Amino acid sequence: MTERIMNHPVLGVLPSKDKVSFIFDDQEYEGYKGESLAAALLANGIRTLRVHEETGQPRGIYCNIGHCFECRVNVNGLEGERACITPVSDGIVVKSGKTLPTSVRDWRKNNEK
Amino acid sequence: MKNKVIIIGAGPAGLSAAITLAEKNIAVLVIDEYLYAGGRLLGQLYEESPGKWWNGIAVSKRLFERAKALNVELLLQTSVSDLEKIEQEWTVHTNKGVFRTRQLLLATGAAESPFPIPGWTLPGVMSVGAAQVMTNVHRVKPGKRGVIIGVNVLSSAIAMELQIASVQVAAITLPATNLLTEDSGNPLEVMNSLLHVSQMAPSPLVKIGSKFMKNEFMKKLGITFYPKNGVKMWDIPIMLRKAVVEIVGKDQVEGVVIATVNTDGSIVLGSEKRIKADFVCIAGGLYPLAELASLAGCPFHYIEQLGGFIPLHNEQMETNLEGLHVAGNITGIEGAKVALAQGKVAALTIAYKLNTGTTKQEIQRAIEDVETTRANAHIQFHPEVLAGRQQLKKIWTESFLKVTK
Repeated sequence: MTERIMNHPVLGVLPSKDKVSFIFDDQEYEGYKGESLAAALLANGIRTLRVHEETGQPRGIYCNIGHCFECRVNVNGLEGERACITPVSDGIVVKSGKTLPTSVRDWRKNNEK
Repeated sequence: MKNKVIIIGAGPAGLSAAITLAEKNIAVLVIDEYLYAGGRLLGQLYEESPGKWWNGIAVSKRLFERAKALNVELLLQTSVSDLEKIEQEWTVHTNKGVFRTRQLLLATGAAESPFPIPGWTLPGVMSVGAAQVMTNVHRVKPGKRGVIIGVNVLSSAIAMELQIASVQVAAITLPATNLLTEDSGNPLEVMNSLLHVSQMAPSPLVKIGSKFMKNEFMKKLGITFYPKNGVKMWDIPIMLRKAVVEIVGKDQVEGVVIATVNTDGSIVLGSEKRIKADFVCIAGGLYPLAELASLAGCPFHYIEQLGGFIPLHNEQMETNLEGLHVAGNITGIEGAKVALAQGKVAALTIAYKLNTGTTKQEIQRAIEDVETTRANAHIQFHPEVLAGRQQLKKIWTESFLKVTK
């Protein structure tokens, strides 16, 4: 579990912001309005945002600024949204990325010698 | 939308350019895909002199408010996906529509290079810049205890920022050498590059550097006798004789395996040891983020001192494509203050072309200001940045001569 930095010795007290609730994989979480989805999830202790589409290995944020696309999730039905640059708003429904069918590989495994 | 100068990137270079243009009564549209204006300036936090902090959030806010007051149009959360020239106009394709302009400024900044290390895809492994943004911008701790892989100016600065926010940094260490880590895994090369960070906060490392590093032989000696458990800088052990060989964990980071390395970066077999961590930062350095210049058709040149492939441009921040300008880290990796100064140059160059009473003297003064800012920079990402700039200037002049011959 990570935590929010409420008091920073140089940056000061965290300005108060409106709280919003959102859904991630059928669970309800709280975040601050306008903060990034990646930050809100990490503050709730969630690091795994998707699994590798083929191998199923877990993935989380990497660059945190929109370059690497490692944090792509489904936001309100839209695939491939970057959690690090998507603002949290009340009631958004987020789904982690899942494995995709690998039909050619599976067929080969069962049908090729 | 027509007759507006378009700037891509709302970091220090883009905002400074927007403000300069708006002060000349030129309409400006700034496009950026992030949540807030400021770019990577947002996360910066360091003590310039005792008690005087460079606070990126505060500086960004001032720039943003100044731009707003001058009626600069800012389009945030807008991603540019393509750029093409159609009938003398730069056509900018975004997720919020298509925008056209005759005068375009690319101020897209930089991106971080990763080191591929076994286990680096585990959740909890992030670029060092990601940890900086999480901590200083979002105010969420990247974890409780981290290990930073990659010893350089950026990683030591961010290690200190983490420390300030009470995030424990267990160690800053090298990556194990492989084909992709190159010099970053070689203790001697790293020591060499560190000797140039002397402007940074007083550190035992720099003291060691200045005492022992007078020549190559002494440098070798320094590395040979470099304490295996590192030298502490701001209470964080900097381990030049240790390298991370693997990041371990089941579903997320649980620790790293570090090993002692020889002076050439090779691993001392059997020296592997596991240390606990719940996050890992990879610090492979910065390179110019220049895909849009590439799409536009700019020629590129590899200049190591500037951080990689640089779109060819001159001191006035013009590329050799009509109406296309660059400023900030897309032109080479330097600090935010240099980017601010470069943004002004680019804006004045554009203003001059638009016949707004801007003089060549104004542009010249702004260019001189870039040079002064560079000379006084608090952090130098590459010690030979000036040589890199001169090399690019030479390439520009020569390519121009070829065309006119």
